[in-house]
Amino acid sequence: MSTLAPPDFDYIVQLVHRRSAIVLEPGKEYLAESRLESVAREHGLASVTELVQRMRSGSLDAGDAVVDAMTTNETSFFRDAHPFNALRDTVLPELIEARRVARSITIWCGATSSGQEPYSVAMLIREHFPELRDWQVRIIATDISPSMLDRTRQGRYSQLEVNRGLPAPMLVKYFTRDGMHWVVAEDLRRMVSAQYMNLNERWPVMPPFDLVLLRNVLIYFDVPTKQAILGKVRQQLRRDGLLLLGGAETTMNLDANFERVPHGRSTWYRPTGA
Amino acid sequence: MTRSALVVDDSRAQRSMLRRLLSERGYDVSEAGDGSEGVERLSDMGAFDLCLVDWNMPNMDGLEFIKVVRENPDYERMQLVMVTSESEPAHIARALMNGADEYAIKPLTMDALVDKLAILGLEDD
Repeated sequence: MSTLAPPDFDYIVQLVHRRSAIVLEPGKEYLAESRLESVAREHGLASVTELVQRMRSGSLDAGDAVVDAMTTNETSFFRDAHPFNALRDTVLPELIEARRVARSITIWCGATSSGQEPYSVAMLIREHFPELRDWQVRIIATDISPSMLDRTRQGRYSQLEVNRGLPAPMLVKYFTRDGMHWVVAEDLRRMVSAQYMNLNERWPVMPPFDLVLLRNVLIYFDVPTKQAILGKVRQQLRRDGLLLLGGAETTMNLDANFERVPHGRSTWYRPTGA
Repeated sequence: MTRSALVVDDSRAQRSMLRRLLSERGYDVSEAGDGSEGVERLSDMGAFDLCLVDWNMPNMDGLEFIKVVRENPDYERMQLVMVTSESEPAHIARALMNGADEYAIKPLTMDALVDKLAILGLEDD
């Protein structure tokens, strides 16, 4: 049961929306309370209520930390098997065929939190497509949270995190142990570059993408923001590039300029002629 | 479809924790207190769909248990997961080389168990 008073929760809702365009629905007070507890503690405060009240009175500027805590999502290695099976079985083989001359593939993993998704893609590529060793393969991982970007750059994961979704043979092959943590192999870290990006602000200059993985992100935005993001994704994608959304997300009724491209048991989206 | 699982661990607390997690996923769970008891359970009951086995146990340890199980073609399709606090990469490699299908470092949470089951193709979707 949350003890956060409605005006305090409303303040958090407004702050998060202003900074990230993410919409916190009513009833998510418990989420704010649990995620902001550590922020309150870090500032030496006894409760989330005290944290918010200090912020509201202007005596504390913890906006970055609050937005950071509220917009960070749980992730795991190889989250949801179907998209990764599709990448392995058809998406990457077809892309490799189409890029035989350029010998270059650029993949964008958006809102990647602590980096498990880009490293899963990197492992999958190393594991199943040895011919790409001589290609230029870039995986750009973006997130709104500077602390998550740092974690992605370090490629350092706890024992609990490597238990989540990572097949043991891959743990042994692509990680080294460092005390109680596991560190991603240098070779994979070189494939992944972490970059700050607020999907709701002006996008940084990025190369055209062959694949865009933007999973479980759109659900947090209102319809106009979803449409704006999808429009920008279309401009960033190569004409034969593919977009992957989360299992519960779709471009339908949001952007008519994408066509559905089923691959195995996952759905990808390709920009149409426009 | 109800799946069956055998939990081999010398700690009663660990066994009951793993039993609880597996039961929540709809498994019919049997237990054994060490490797040799695990082998007995198998010869009495036949292969299970899944076997979670600890490493360090008296009488017959987990690695030995895995070797014995993998020598018997009757248990070929049983998925073996080592669930242990041994977290050295060399341990993991050794377990896999000797026939473990997966390896999980304790503590095993429900989320991690579900992930492991999915890796092994034991989760319906």
